[in-house]
Amino acid sequence: MKALVSVKRVVDYNVRIQVKSDGSGVVTDGVKHSMNPFDEIAMEEAVRLKEKGKITEIVAVTIGGDKSEETLRTALAFGADRAIHIKEGGEVQPLTAAKAFAAVLKKEGAQLFIAGKQAIDDDANQTGQMVAALLDIAQATFASKVEVDGNKAVVTREVDAGLETIEVDLPAVITTDLRLNEPRYLKLPDIMKAKKKPIDATTFADLGVTPGAGFKVTKTAPPPTRSKGIVVKTVDELVAALKAKGLL
Amino acid sequence: MSVERDVMEYDVVVVGAGPAGLAAACRLKQKAAEAGKELNVCVVEKGSEVGAHILSGAVFEPRALNELFPDWKARGAPLNVPVAGDEIYFFRSPEAAFKMPNVFVPKTMHNEGNYVISLGNLCRWLAKQAEDLGVEIYPGFAAQHAIVEDGIVKGVQIGDMGINREGEHKDDFAPGMELRAKYTLFAEGCRGHLGKQLIAQYQLDKDADPQHYAIGIKEIWTVPPEQHKPGLVVHGAGWPLNLLGTDALGGSFLYHFENSQVVVGLIVDLSYTNPYLSPFDEFQRFKHHPVIRKHLEGGTRVSYGARAIVKGGLNSLPKLAFPGGVLIGDDAGMLNFAKIKGSHTAMKSGMLAAEAVAEAIFAGDEGGKVLNGYADKFKASWLHDELYRSRNFGVFLHKFGSLIGGAINYVEQNWFGGKFPFTVHDLKPDYKTLKLASESQKIEYPKPDGKLSFDKLSSVFLSSTNHEEDQPVHLQLKDPSIPIGKNLPLYAEPAQRYCPAGVYEVVGDEGAKPSEKRFQINAQNCVHCKTCDIKDPAQNINWVAPEGGGGPNYANM
Ligand SMILES: Cc1cc2nc3c(=O)[nH]c(=O)nc-3n(C[C@H](O)[C@H](O)[C@H](O)COP(=O)(O)OP(=O)(O)OC[C@H]3O[C@@H](n4cnc5c(N)ncnc54)[C@H](O)[C@@H]3O)c2cc1C
Ligand SMILES: Cc1cc2nc3c(=O)[nH]c(=O)nc-3n(C[C@H](O)[C@H](O)[C@H](O)COP(=O)(O)OP(=O)(O)OC[C@H]3O[C@@H](n4cnc5c(N)ncnc54)[C@H](O)[C@@H]3O)c2cc1C
Ligand code: SF4
Repeated sequence: MKALVSVKRVVDYNVRIQVKSDGSGVVTDGVKHSMNPFDEIAMEEAVRLKEKGKITEIVAVTIGGDKSEETLRTALAFGADRAIHIKEGGEVQPLTAAKAFAAVLKKEGAQLFIAGKQAIDDDANQTGQMVAALLDIAQATFASKVEVDGNKAVVTREVDAGLETIEVDLPAVITTDLRLNEPRYLKLPDIMKAKKKPIDATTFADLGVTPGAGFKVTKTAPPPTRSKGIVVKTVDELVAALKAKGLL
Repeated sequence: MSVERDVMEYDVVVVGAGPAGLAAACRLKQKAAEAGKELNVCVVEKGSEVGAHILSGAVFEPRALNELFPDWKARGAPLNVPVAGDEIYFFRSPEAAFKMPNVFVPKTMHNEGNYVISLGNLCRWLAKQAEDLGVEIYPGFAAQHAIVEDGIVKGVQIGDMGINREGEHKDDFAPGMELRAKYTLFAEGCRGHLGKQLIAQYQLDKDADPQHYAIGIKEIWTVPPEQHKPGLVVHGAGWPLNLLGTDALGGSFLYHFENSQVVVGLIVDLSYTNPYLSPFDEFQRFKHHPVIRKHLEGGTRVSYGARAIVKGGLNSLPKLAFPGGVLIGDDAGMLNFAKIKGSHTAMKSGMLAAEAVAEAIFAGDEGGKVLNGYADKFKASWLHDELYRSRNFGVFLHKFGSLIGGAINYVEQNWFGGKFPFTVHDLKPDYKTLKLASESQKIEYPKPDGKLSFDKLSSVFLSSTNHEEDQPVHLQLKDPSIPIGKNLPLYAEPAQRYCPAGVYEVVGDEGAKPSEKRFQINAQNCVHCKTCDIKDPAQNINWVAPEGGGGPNYANM
């Protein structure tokens, strides 16, 4: 059984995000990028499933310019067997990405599509769900536990009220939540080997996908700065302060 | 605890992806291509990516780059802002300054033909060139030990990953690999932690003056576009440091870069004498000087960081080669302090070492020798000539202060072309210069205003530094009793103040007895500047590389 894992190159989560002075977006030049953390979790889960013998091949896929190759190399170092680079430089909205992934999934005949629940750059939380809808297959989002058994998967989901366990038929889409696993350290020998693994390049045109713009970003603004806190010495003072703010 | 380690063999391993290491890697591959031969070259870098740990001014002199890639413009090197104006100030007080008339600016401080750059971005670009030439670069991996067998350096061992605070293996323990090579080039920058050990082990500094250092603290600001003058370069000396005395020296810089960014920094010599001095707080108050504030007002601070600078120059240069390895760049101490420029000298020294290594290997050398060819090439190069001309500069300042030392330097540089017929020496290492706290005056620093000046913690936050929490503390105390037992009573434990990242704290109530106080090391905050390793009066702090990838995440520094 084959699993397809999508990996996105995003501004690293340690980086202090700066909004461009004209509000047209955030500064990405000269800023550290890395694999979306939820995609690392997806890669880790795929590798664990392979180690358990539940799947036999892992294919990593990304959409992006030349620099996204680094992200694919990271996926290969995690343990992907090969990678597909959809070389498209410009802005890619979730629906376009989903169409491309759906096309790859079909072409590859993969039974599992594992993606992050969201990418930490746009926080859209849409791509996985859209892939499932486009292919009319099952989806299990916000996974915190995954068990694959034959042509079924049992997935524990993190929902507002707690945990929900569902069973889905394969092929299915799974999106990963933070607590699914803790991604391993990449070992230097694996990174070295990853340099030699194959990456196939393709494009939206090859995949028969027409990119569309469903929405337009009109403005980006930094969150309002938090005003300084006050130090309270006693619980009484704290209660009084909360009351004064109308919070108690 | 013995563990199985993977081993990889290369012709050359380079430790550190700064300008020195990357220029060396590129040059090795160019030499191989010229000779129609193969050379396997690998570079390891402790930062999470190339450039993440690079902090510089920087006004960049393209001389070495012109030699390495004459077509750098066509290759898109990030040299986009030519220096458009040079100003030098002597700051006399918090309000007053004297602008040096252009005719008195020493030749070494003229910057026509230079560029205002981000050295981090230049390194990112150099890394791309190196990879295109076939160099393997591995960011996120720190070299933890030199592998020395029978007195010969055989390569480096990468730090282990997944060890907890107590030193035990965690579930995800991954032993560090051994990277073995015919020759290993150490390019860790100022106060490299392997370089330091190798200098001691092979007594490379036996015939050299003690090395001298400074700490440079830098911020990047975004300013209103109408206030931005791309290419303007402002240097200064004096307030808040000494202009006439010699007990707290240093200089400042402010450069207008691209994208409405202005960089500003203060460089404080680590030969300062008052243990109450805090380079961080000096820098914060410095920004309030009218000459400086007018560039920053109305802007926002976007980044912060600090890094030590090696400034002993030629007099302090250790021997460059030892069996199986060489020191290049600031790991050796190639910086020209008269210009505060070390990137072009770092690159040039890397290129010279690369040429020596390539020639030796192509002549059948199996590695492990003392590469005297590198030292010979160095002596015959413009780099040696440049450092020779500047060899007295730092010493003049140490002995005579910024104003008079600066004047003597003017005479030497402009009338004697840097070739005074004598050399002066400065034999006191920086860790020995502190006076006792009891003989020193406490310094009351003004409270930060939150607009121009800030506190340490919010500053460190802007360095985006990050370390895995559960790992051994990478700031090792040789004797854990010294901070509270000795440094506190004698010097009011200066680590609390010289560390620009708030790593060291003495906790306990103000009036408490020393026995009730505790020395706390917040290792996660460390920005890898190396100041503690240099300035601790007891030489008790040993900086070692933390788990790879940890440390600052500088952008555009
Ligand atoms: C890549 C990534 C993606 C994530 N995505 C999500 C997500 O989608 N959804 C989600 O829920 N979480 C997510 N998280 C986790 C989430 O970002 C953090 O757990 C959360 O933001 C922590 O909130 P905080 O800033 O209030 O936290 P903390 O800094 O952990 O503090 C917790 C609380 O304690 C207070 N506090 C801290 N120190 C002190 C002190 N010394 N004294 C008094 N009070 C103190 C803080 O002010 C805060 O109120 C993600 C994390 C990462 C790394
Ligand atoms: C505030 C300041 C202002 C400056 N201004 C200028 C200027 O205007 N012009 C100029 O030309 N120069 C300037 N310099 C000097 C210049 O930045 C340095 O001389 C130059 O960076 C030295 O290059 P290097 O390659 O030797 O070392 P570095 O640039 O320090 O690079 C060393 C690299 O090695 C890595 N490394 C270290 N140890 C290890 C290890 N054990 N394992 C793996 N990786 C490791 C580091 O993370 C780093 O990336 C300035 C310096 C400072 C601090
Ligand atoms: S702990 Fe040492 S190396 Fe780290 S930031 Fe502080 S002074 Fe610099």
